[in-house]
Amino acid sequence: MSQTSLENEHPMDAYLRTDRLPHIWCPGCGLGTVLYSLLSGLLKSELPLDKVAVVSGIGCTGRAAGYVKLDSFHTTHGRAIPFATGLKVANPGLKLVVFSGDGDLIAIGGNHFIHAARRNVDMTVICVNNFNYGMTGGQVGPTTPLTALTSTSPYGNSEYPFNVPYLAAASGAVYVARWTTMHVRSLELSITEALLKRGFSLVEVISPCPTVYGRMNRQPTGLDQMRYYRENSIIRHNADPRYIDISLDGKIIVGKFIDVERPTFSDLQEEVRQKTFGPNC
Amino acid sequence: MRHLTGEFFMNGDIACAEGAISAGCRFFAGYPITPATEVAERMAERLPEVGGTYIQMEDEMASMNAVLGASWGGVKAMTSTSGPGFSLMMENLGLGIMLETPCVLVNIQRAGPSTGLPTMVGQGDIMQARWGSHGCYEIIALSPSSPQEMYELTIKAFNLSEKYRTPVLIMSDEVVGHMYEKVVIPPPEEIRVFPRREPNVPPEEYLPFVPDADLVPPMANAGEGYLFHVTGLTHDERGYPVMNAEAQDRLVRRLVQKIRKNSNDIIEFEEDGVDNADVVVCSYGISARVSKFAVELARQKGINVGMLKLITIWPFPEQEIKKIAKRVKAIIVPEINCGQIALEVERCAGQMADTVLVPHMGGGVHRPESIVDVIEKKAR
Repeated sequence: MSQTSLENEHPMDAYLRTDRLPHIWCPGCGLGTVLYSLLSGLLKSELPLDKVAVVSGIGCTGRAAGYVKLDSFHTTHGRAIPFATGLKVANPGLKLVVFSGDGDLIAIGGNHFIHAARRNVDMTVICVNNFNYGMTGGQVGPTTPLTALTSTSPYGNSEYPFNVPYLAAASGAVYVARWTTMHVRSLELSITEALLKRGFSLVEVISPCPTVYGRMNRQPTGLDQMRYYRENSIIRHNADPRYIDISLDGKIIVGKFIDVERPTFSDLQEEVRQKTFGPNC
Repeated sequence: MRHLTGEFFMNGDIACAEGAISAGCRFFAGYPITPATEVAERMAERLPEVGGTYIQMEDEMASMNAVLGASWGGVKAMTSTSGPGFSLMMENLGLGIMLETPCVLVNIQRAGPSTGLPTMVGQGDIMQARWGSHGCYEIIALSPSSPQEMYELTIKAFNLSEKYRTPVLIMSDEVVGHMYEKVVIPPPEEIRVFPRREPNVPPEEYLPFVPDADLVPPMANAGEGYLFHVTGLTHDERGYPVMNAEAQDRLVRRLVQKIRKNSNDIIEFEEDGVDNADVVVCSYGISARVSKFAVELARQKGINVGMLKLITIWPFPEQEIKKIAKRVKAIIVPEINCGQIALEVERCAGQMADTVLVPHMGGGVHRPESIVDVIEKKAR
């Protein structure tokens, strides 16, 4: 491989809007890894790509929708899930991927998140969790660990964070997994499984944000954060999601926690419709 | 009972739902709120019958977004609400305008501010309809004043939304929403339905925001192989974000101009005896019906008074108001708020004629006599 092609080509170029590169993400950010894993998962799933729609909210992660060469929607802050709900329910032939950040999905979009899981709307939600609001300069969020420093918790965070897999599982998600950006193979596999799962699936990805979160919390480079993941992640499939909270200096439990079957929103609607109006209506 | 045809006794909310069904609406997302709930209830009953989907969302922000998503899925979509929910929908009304997404948002207005009088009439959201979402834009809003008009204008709203690729508002009110009257529903072949403007180039050449001559771009739906990207950020013809003043100028100017330049096609009103009148009453929604009665009472007293009933309230019929203002002493504006459309009338009438607001704070409609008194005083 020549040096030129090393610089200018990427195995996923065919599925990216290369005319939009370079992307906006910082050096050391984990988003490139997660986006690669999504594309790789999509290819492995063998889903027809012209029937896949990617919906993002706002934030660094929200920009992902703009880089994939698929039907893609960059919506408003927190609203990717209800937008995707309308798209999926109105056009059931589509496969919906919501790709967004922890602040977008769990703070401003938290209500939509639990209700889409409760309804079991058929969509795959990839929640990239970097523990803070990166795009606005590193503010405290609903996933920031206790005592972590951010620009709006300058003396240490005094709020309990959400445990995202537990929230999803308790709300009714049929597939729940968590990985870090260091677990690329497992992450790809989980994304593939989630894409092929009917119903509301969630993959949480713990991802470095060295520029703001890492720098404030003694992990100033992407490499520092990746090293931390390597040394502190524990793979525990089927772990009870109640006990996988993340603390500032503690272990990160990763793995596939939930994989169950439950009829989807559209399945149940169709069942009621046929029962009421007959199979040929 | 897929499509109703015939004469029915129904209220405005139900007529609105039937108008949506006639227009081809097959998706409704909403959240219960008085006095708009009957629209949702009717849609929940009717949509499964016609192969559509009703979904009750967790709030009005979600409802508005689900409607936008459904529209991008290629399905005509609507939501309905009232004051507090209308406020919550403003965020994503803006997204609908920015993504140029056809859909219909119905506001059965009640009296505010805040929770106000949930079961009682108001017309206080007229300026919110115009300016409620952030940024600079134009909006289309229609104001029905009877159940029959609720039916007809809902169809018109869907047609305008497809024709101009924009959310269209139905700005109704509690009295019209809850009023029972005869509604005539024509057979389906007599109903004119404007289809979605499909792309006229192959997928590899398609750019989502290259407009036709009337400034409106054709629209590809998700899943059709066009592989488009759209964003609420300022964007170029490709749909890609461009962060500079030139791109902003180009985009926002077109979004505004596609409504302004086509305003003659969009604007609809009814006139009665305006040509030789000394004064004209200008009103809309339920207030237009009360005004009409007041005009009849004043005519019985020998006063030369005309009536201008607004059907399209946004874009505002500036030219018509200017034309009338040149000939009359005063334009009298009864509305159930403390002065909203009156401000527009005043702006257009300028020094040519007096603009006289007849306000009502909400919770009821005007006494016709209160309008007659003003007509008499101003016609003298």
